[in-house]
Amino acid sequence: MAIDFKQVGFTYQPGTPFATQALTDINVTIPDGSYTALIGHTGSGKSTLLQHLNALLKPTTGTVTIGDRVITPETSNKDLKALRQHVGIVFQFPESQLFEETVAKDIAFGPQNFGASEADALKTAADMLALVGLDAELLDRSPFDLSGGQMRRVAIAGVLAMAPQVLVLDEPTAGLDPQGRLEMMEMFAKLRHERELTVVLVTHQMDDVANYADHVIVMDQGKIAKTGTPQEIFQDPQWLAEHHLGLPKTTAFAQQLMAKGIQFDQLPLTEDQLAQALAHQLGGATQ
Amino acid sequence: MSQIINVEHLNYRYPQQDTDALTLTDVSFSVAAGEWVAIVGHNGSGKSTLAKNLNGLLAPVSGQITIDGQVLSEDTVWDIRRKIGMVFQNPDNQFVGATVADDVAFSLENQGIPRETMLKRVDEALAQVDMSAFKTREPARLSGGQKQRVALAGMIAARPKILILDEATSMLDPEGRAEVLATIRQMKADSDLTVLSITHDIDEAASANRVLVVNDGQLVEEGTPAEIFEHGPALIKMGLDMPYPERLKAALKRQGVTVPTTYLTEKGMADWLWQLISNK
Repeated sequence: MAIDFKQVGFTYQPGTPFATQALTDINVTIPDGSYTALIGHTGSGKSTLLQHLNALLKPTTGTVTIGDRVITPETSNKDLKALRQHVGIVFQFPESQLFEETVAKDIAFGPQNFGASEADALKTAADMLALVGLDAELLDRSPFDLSGGQMRRVAIAGVLAMAPQVLVLDEPTAGLDPQGRLEMMEMFAKLRHERELTVVLVTHQMDDVANYADHVIVMDQGKIAKTGTPQEIFQDPQWLAEHHLGLPKTTAFAQQLMAKGIQFDQLPLTEDQLAQALAHQLGGATQ
Repeated sequence: MSQIINVEHLNYRYPQQDTDALTLTDVSFSVAAGEWVAIVGHNGSGKSTLAKNLNGLLAPVSGQITIDGQVLSEDTVWDIRRKIGMVFQNPDNQFVGATVADDVAFSLENQGIPRETMLKRVDEALAQVDMSAFKTREPARLSGGQKQRVALAGMIAARPKILILDEATSMLDPEGRAEVLATIRQMKADSDLTVLSITHDIDEAASANRVLVVNDGQLVEEGTPAEIFEHGPALIKMGLDMPYPERLKAALKRQGVTVPTTYLTEKGMADWLWQLISNK
């Protein structure tokens, strides 16, 4: 499902002394089936844009088209249920939203809210728990007895239980250790293929953008600064630095090598790409 | 150098736990005044539990904690908390003020600091974390990274002797993280601050004088950052990332390239590759 922004502006608390314009003239498309990374300096408007993806916020000006639903400043808050089912958002620290007595009930809460019978919802809960890589024996446990990483997976299972077509992830690996981060990112990549999801990832981790995304939107001061493939975006380190953004580790290291005189046909973004290019240049040195 | 933190045979168990297993087992260490110590370990290893024991947010089953010469007890806990500033991973849990400036001023008001001094310190602290423009905004409406900066400003203004950072830079972008670490270095230079940082970030760990590794509630290793980083791939199990040269070495091995077994810094790795290619 594609999401299309046309001339979108958004102001928090308009008409009060706290009024702040968070988005200005946003024209951008999240293509159907893409893995889109949304990047930008702290406070650039990423989280505000994200909340427009399922109409949690409605634009102050302009329109957001989500699949075949058009959201305008006048759209009523009623009848947004179907939309919220199609676009699932995993917020920062989603484990803080867990509340039920058991893991099964917590995951089943969403589907039941959308009209599924208790039996069906609990069946879905069991399926979703397996999907996020947790053991079925956790179903009857209290979510609060789990580890932080497990709690986060349960919260994600709760979003997946609504069978969304678009999965929006707001810094989903924040606070996890490196091993947990890798497992979580691999899980999303697998889910995307198995369930043919459109994924939107908000992140500061440029390595994740390089490893997983196929489309990048760069935000700066509430505006769209650039869009393109990771290859295109990371081609211009100086521009990125001006927008307070870094490079993937590999790209930064490749630049050190280039300064010494090693040349690359294409700027490498991942360590495997760099290793491949180096092995190729070494030719005889490989075994 | 005098010891500002001294922990002896600390055992801790969460009261709501149904098993007898300890979350912290026989933890002993000390930190010298002015030292920067990083505590690393994978999620669930007991790092945050340890931090919360240090200022009496959690009470141990047994063991003794001495902070700045005072043994932690019900009588001393309030004195000790005045000496320790804590910044958590998710600052939403610690905001109290209606505006950013109010929030930063909160602990100063508690300490009974005169208004004139307070206003000046709040402005200075906000300037140091580059958040002056947000002075009159509501903390709740800031982004995750901005919130972490405001929480840190609160600590800068309060001027504690000991600063405990519990994954306090995890929500910042790489640039913001570098700025915050620079701010902490500045605070240390200005005031002989003692820093205890709980982190998964290899750059933050590298800033420390000493690294303590916690696993399953026990202190399993300590050393300088360079000593700890020599562990290579085993660092992942310690809850740290592999340094980039180690990651690239692994990728080169997958391509059939023979790589040196000794630890290389990024510069060392670049030199080695350049030599290999130019001698070909």
